[in-house]
Amino acid sequence: MLRHPSAAAQISRPFRAKLRRGFATVQDTPVRRYGGLKDQDRIFTNAYCRHDHGIKGAMSRGDWHKTKDILLKGDSWIIQTIKDSGLRGRGGAGFPSGLKWSFMNKPGWEKDPRPRYLVVNADEGEPGTCKDREIMRGDPHKLVEGCLVAGRAMNANAAYIYIRGEFYQEASHVQQAINEAYKAGFLGKDACGTGYSFDVYLHRGAGAYICGEETALIESLEGKQGKPRLKPPFPADVGLFGCPTTVANVETVAVAPTICRRGAPWFASFGRPRNQGTKLYCISGHVNNPCVVEEEMSIPLKDLIEKHCGGVRGGWDNLLGIVPGGSSVPVLPIDKCSEVLMDYDSLKDAQSGLGTGAVIVMDKSTDIVKAIARFSHFYKHESCGQCTPCREGTTWMMNIMDRFVEGRGHQREIDMLLELTKQVEGRTICALGDAAAWPIQGLMRHFRPEVERRIAEFRKEHGTVLFGGRLKSQTDPTLSLPDNLGANLPEVPPPSA
Amino acid sequence: MSSAAPAAMFALRAVARRARLPSSRPLARSISSSASRRSDALFVHRDTPYNNPKIPFEFTPENLKRAQEIISHYPPQYKKAAVIPLLDLGQRQNKGWTSISVMNYVAKLLEMPPMRVYEVATFYTMFNREPIGEHFVQVCTTTPCMLRGAYEILDTVCGHLGGIKPGETTKDGKFTVIEVECQGACSNAPMMVVGDDFYEDLTAETTRKVLDAFKKGEKPKPGPQSGRHTSENSAGLTALTEKPYGPGEHCTPEFA
Repeated sequence: MLRHPSAAAQISRPFRAKLRRGFATVQDTPVRRYGGLKDQDRIFTNAYCRHDHGIKGAMSRGDWHKTKDILLKGDSWIIQTIKDSGLRGRGGAGFPSGLKWSFMNKPGWEKDPRPRYLVVNADEGEPGTCKDREIMRGDPHKLVEGCLVAGRAMNANAAYIYIRGEFYQEASHVQQAINEAYKAGFLGKDACGTGYSFDVYLHRGAGAYICGEETALIESLEGKQGKPRLKPPFPADVGLFGCPTTVANVETVAVAPTICRRGAPWFASFGRPRNQGTKLYCISGHVNNPCVVEEEMSIPLKDLIEKHCGGVRGGWDNLLGIVPGGSSVPVLPIDKCSEVLMDYDSLKDAQSGLGTGAVIVMDKSTDIVKAIARFSHFYKHESCGQCTPCREGTTWMMNIMDRFVEGRGHQREIDMLLELTKQVEGRTICALGDAAAWPIQGLMRHFRPEVERRIAEFRKEHGTVLFGGRLKSQTDPTLSLPDNLGANLPEVPPPSA
Repeated sequence: MSSAAPAAMFALRAVARRARLPSSRPLARSISSSASRRSDALFVHRDTPYNNPKIPFEFTPENLKRAQEIISHYPPQYKKAAVIPLLDLGQRQNKGWTSISVMNYVAKLLEMPPMRVYEVATFYTMFNREPIGEHFVQVCTTTPCMLRGAYEILDTVCGHLGGIKPGETTKDGKFTVIEVECQGACSNAPMMVVGDDFYEDLTAETTRKVLDAFKKGEKPKPGPQSGRHTSENSAGLTALTEKPYGPGEHCTPEFA
């Protein structure tokens, strides 16, 4: 109370009136609508492969333009630019990229004789995700140039691009781009004529989803089974071949040169604060025209689908739920879908996540329990088997979810399953255990009545179901049945009934 | 009466006893009550006439040159990093599958213990440790594809190839069909992979067309089978309609 008058007294007269305005009469600041990115602001101008992906076409689209000048600006300038642009990692976790890259340049890094590596994670395996593929087959030079720029920022000697083995065409496009860049003198000793020596190698994987995890990827690149390592030590200290390493997603790396050329303020002008930039979204499932599209961050999910995908099949009201960020984030029901924005914070507030920006749309014809059960199959198949909670838990989750598809279960088993997911979550070395747990938690959070209905219907038809799926009618009445199998429990009616 | 009554009573009792016991269940209980669980992939090697260490395998001179080139990508003391690319190379040379001889040869080439190579070959799903047909058909059935009818595609493929099951090879040895997890072409679902090429936006009809072409020894055009170019909106472009901007355009004055 004391501070206000004195503060106002220091402000000259014309501004005073403005400050004293009552709340009721103030016009709200105009609401900013996100989305509607113009073509001139799209970074991946050849995402649809309609132009030449070779070096000639790439240079005509502005790649390798004054790369030398970017490199000569030095590492701290590049890192500061990336920091200012607000770029967050596009691989799913959303860690600020500038900060991550700066971990490589700790005080005294020059005295470390070890080589330093940039590893590009092109092991795109998350169900629903198909964005890096479009970058690698349409704009491979953006990626190769990004390796050089990001590599310069972290003073790396070489970059390894770890591409999933299934992407054969994409791998050949990237390899072609690397070869062309070497030939043009952009890579190798004296890259772009700056005296900086930098190599880029392509490494093809052989089909393991877990290799998309950064330490598993490093293990795999070293020629071992892709089993994640315990952190710390973090890869920035001890990574690939025991040397300082940073693992970054394809999209994160590939946007770096364009951000440097067009300026951090340009990139930061898109999207909400802390979620800036443009992003490749890949929409699949029950939309009229599934597609991959680069849009502004924070575009409303509904706008994204209506504008670029011709809407949900059968209209927006026919929507059942959307998985907004690839298989490992929880599903959202229709009411949430119509209000969320596609960025890290908004989706986190909605108890989901942006993940990789892979939108999986499900309309009312979907068997949602089966859809999530299929995810459980996926995680069971892809668990590397290193940590017990994940190896065993994913199998259990799969079995229980499979039974829930037909309703063969006990109402109490829903909570047992949730308890199981909580026991797996956070108790494993990598995030695959969490990723396997979240879709199930999302299902139960929003679609529990559906599961309960199935269980009730199955029980009506077949009688009591024991824990574990056996029918009470199939048990031997001459043998005593342990009480903990749930045979004699009164069935809890679903709260919705 | 005195002689007939007890007999009738015994008979009755026997019937009653039989009715009480469920006939499906054996009276004696076995020691182990749950079935032993088999892994979905067999991780052991058993010598067979077609797969044993005595069958010689060596890279062709051309592949050996490529192998040396691949090994040169990695630090000399970490030659083993090349194991996955080399196994892939060996698999391609060995008609699409990785025999024990291929693994042993790669181990020798990279100077690493054979067991380390076996570990890798059993971990990654792209290494087939059993012979496969000429065309390796992999149908993706993970949720995004499933939502758009991947199981119909799988049924179509299996039915069209003479009613085989996923994981089997046709009698003429031309096709092997398996069900795989996400291949990363979700906006183009449903899809299948034949050899190295993606066939996307499939319907039952186009699936049959693709398979028929392979049967005839042709190679159909990979990519979307619906007339779509790649992953753009099929009803008309909603993005990237303008001519792409050129070098220096829209850049800061410094980089213009």
